[in-house]
Amino acid sequence: MCLAVPLCVKRIEGVMAEVELSGVLRQVSLMLTPEAKVGDYVLVHTGFAISVIDEQEAQVTLALLKELEEAGRQAEEDSARTDRGPGA
Amino acid sequence: MKYTDEYRDPATAQRLISEILAQAAVPRRSNRVQGSASGIRIMEFCGGHTHAIMRYGLRQVLAPRVVMTSGPGCPVCVTADADIDYCIALAHLPGVMVATFGDMIRVPGTRSSLQEARAAGASVHIVYSALDALELARKEPQRAVVMLGIGFETTAPTVAASLVQARDEGIGNYTVYCMHKLTPPAMRGILDSGEVRVDAILGPGHVTAITGWRAWEFLPQEYGIPCAVSGFEPLDMLQAVRVLVQAVVQGNPHVANAYPRGVTAEGNRVAQELMEQVFQVSPALWRGLGEIPASGLSLRPEYAAYDARLAFSVPAELLDLKPSEMHRGCHCSEVLRGMMEPPECPLFRRVCTPAQPIGPCMVSAEGACAAHYRYGETLS
Amino acid sequence: MAERVVLLGHGSGGLLSHELVGRVFIKHLGNPILSEMEDASTIPLADEQGRLVGTPVMTTDSYVIRPIFFPGGDIGKLSVCGTVNDLAMRGAVPLYLSAGFILEEGLPLADLERVVASMAVTAQRAEVRIVAGDTKVVEHGSADRLFINTTGIGLVPPGVHISASLARPGDVVLVNGAVGDHGLAIMTQREGLQFDSPLESDCTPLNSLVAAMLAACPQIHVLRDPTRGGLATTLNELAQQSAVSIEIHEAAVPVHEPVRAASEILGLDPLYVANEGKLIAILSEKDAPVVFEAMRAHPDGRETALIGRVTAERPGRVVLRTTLGTRRLLDMLAGEQLPRIC
Repeated sequence: MCLAVPLCVKRIEGVMAEVELSGVLRQVSLMLTPEAKVGDYVLVHTGFAISVIDEQEAQVTLALLKELEEAGRQAEEDSARTDRGPGA
Repeated sequence: MKYTDEYRDPATAQRLISEILAQAAVPRRSNRVQGSASGIRIMEFCGGHTHAIMRYGLRQVLAPRVVMTSGPGCPVCVTADADIDYCIALAHLPGVMVATFGDMIRVPGTRSSLQEARAAGASVHIVYSALDALELARKEPQRAVVMLGIGFETTAPTVAASLVQARDEGIGNYTVYCMHKLTPPAMRGILDSGEVRVDAILGPGHVTAITGWRAWEFLPQEYGIPCAVSGFEPLDMLQAVRVLVQAVVQGNPHVANAYPRGVTAEGNRVAQELMEQVFQVSPALWRGLGEIPASGLSLRPEYAAYDARLAFSVPAELLDLKPSEMHRGCHCSEVLRGMMEPPECPLFRRVCTPAQPIGPCMVSAEGACAAHYRYGETLS
Repeated sequence: MAERVVLLGHGSGGLLSHELVGRVFIKHLGNPILSEMEDASTIPLADEQGRLVGTPVMTTDSYVIRPIFFPGGDIGKLSVCGTVNDLAMRGAVPLYLSAGFILEEGLPLADLERVVASMAVTAQRAEVRIVAGDTKVVEHGSADRLFINTTGIGLVPPGVHISASLARPGDVVLVNGAVGDHGLAIMTQREGLQFDSPLESDCTPLNSLVAAMLAACPQIHVLRDPTRGGLATTLNELAQQSAVSIEIHEAAVPVHEPVRAASEILGLDPLYVANEGKLIAILSEKDAPVVFEAMRAHPDGRETALIGRVTAERPGRVVLRTTLGTRRLLDMLAGEQLPRIC
């Protein structure tokens, strides 16, 4: 019950906003997210913004995922080194 | 594309998958009785998750150590066929235009579907938003527009918003046939209906954007089941699954917010208030599961003028009045609870097929039974 | 003609009909064969020495698209391209088309003329001649503006054997460019999405591209255009008809960025969206490089991509390696793809 896409708010007129994704424009209602500002990314479901994306939280999550990826790569490198033996 | 591509990185995904599989192999420190030999069972509640899991091939890559099962989170699939029959009857009434989301149009009632009704001349329009339906009502003042209100807490506020707008503008030819359902009562309904083999729940991210993650605290508190609220990109889902596997292995049921960029503890207060203004909680009929108390929404008396259940009288002969017989033998409830696999249901493939589905597990293109029917064995 | 809309009289065979034929159809489509105005047209198939060189092939299609004018094309252009392309998918040189029209009473004549003019331009570009036609008019409400049927005849050159049943394990799969443009261009008109630069249908005749491909290598095994049901459905058809498995790399399938974005917003999958200027080519791995180059060198193949391989893994099925690196089965489209909320 859940298709909602992150779109960037470009312009606000009253309760309606023009949002954009890769050059695709759409009119959506901000009735459920009156706090949304131009430049915010909002989750849009059936023509309404249901939530303003928290940029900071997004960065935290990405950093976590990046850390994970790097830890994984490091672990692989380490195990490859031990496989090859010392002096490699 | 921002906030999408970053959460689809293949290398990170592979990393998460390895971690999940490694962690899932660890013996559990849990005192819950379950069939631990068959892997950790995670129910994804939401149709959107089922779709995303299918799209990215996650089910196959996590099985058998982690088994993803589909819950009743596809609101279209759990719509009772009696309700669909009524909608079809409305669509045939002279002067009535039924507006519906696309997902709904193929779902069968006891005899027919909205798609077939349209082919037979009934006025059925696919809309992307309740606001489109309202616009239809403005453009066609001589016709009565009925918006089919399906969906959970993600969609209900949008329909509520359209009703508030209709009332503010005095649009007299717009009504809603309210079939909205609530997810926490649905989860309770399933978990209460018998033995359950579900170890964890992948929480619906966009429903929770509205309700707030506190709405799921009853899962660890009353059922000892962890819940991780998840977004819909593959890295979001894998991250949530990782958290759940850890919680199960460590015997630490709790609610985790694995979608913090979209979900908060308290949710969207504006949306909740709009829903409060327009709707009240009532019992609802769920396809395959029967009636679940306090699991649906209906319009408040103040909005009676906009209630399609009251506005029209449908001649009795337009209704097919035997919904319950259709579901005799339907085992969706057991399938949803993880107690039965699709091929074990006596109706599977014999009576219940994607073309003629009985319960929600087969109605949804990615429901457990439909998926099994189409894909059978998994890819190695 | 003083009339500005199509009337029932225009289909009755009398004076109005003759005027319509002359002032709209012959005016735009006129060629020596059509202008003879016989009940049936002679269509030479033999060469100057009177020899039939090649195998005659024939195809037919009807066009009922809504709206009749869309970014990148119209129903007329489509009716020529669609039928020309079906001939080209057998490796045939398209030669002649017929065009049958069913017009709704009340259709503005200006619209009809615009459609027919477009057919003329497209036919010229595809180097085919429209040599037979028919017009009927039905009452208002009995047809949605206009329907067109085109039947095409072409000649498959000797030595060319292209069939949906000829894909073999080890073959590679090419597509001549980005998918999803046509279907999304139509759908977004209906759904009220706007664009910085509007999506355009990719509708185009492909016979020139196919000729260039066959010149590079006559031994192409399979050609098919992924129209209704999109790439996924067409690949499934080919997998079934050849009794092979086809594995596709999702990341290798070109999709234009606005199409990708519009699909996300509407809940659609570009792999299932109709195309009208795309073809799938399946051929042996050793022949692929030279054909690939020939395609990239052609205006209708600048974005040609190698998207997968034919294997024997799951005969009759298509396997997708997702952008995540996981694998799943890719099904045919069941029914219409509709924007979803769920």
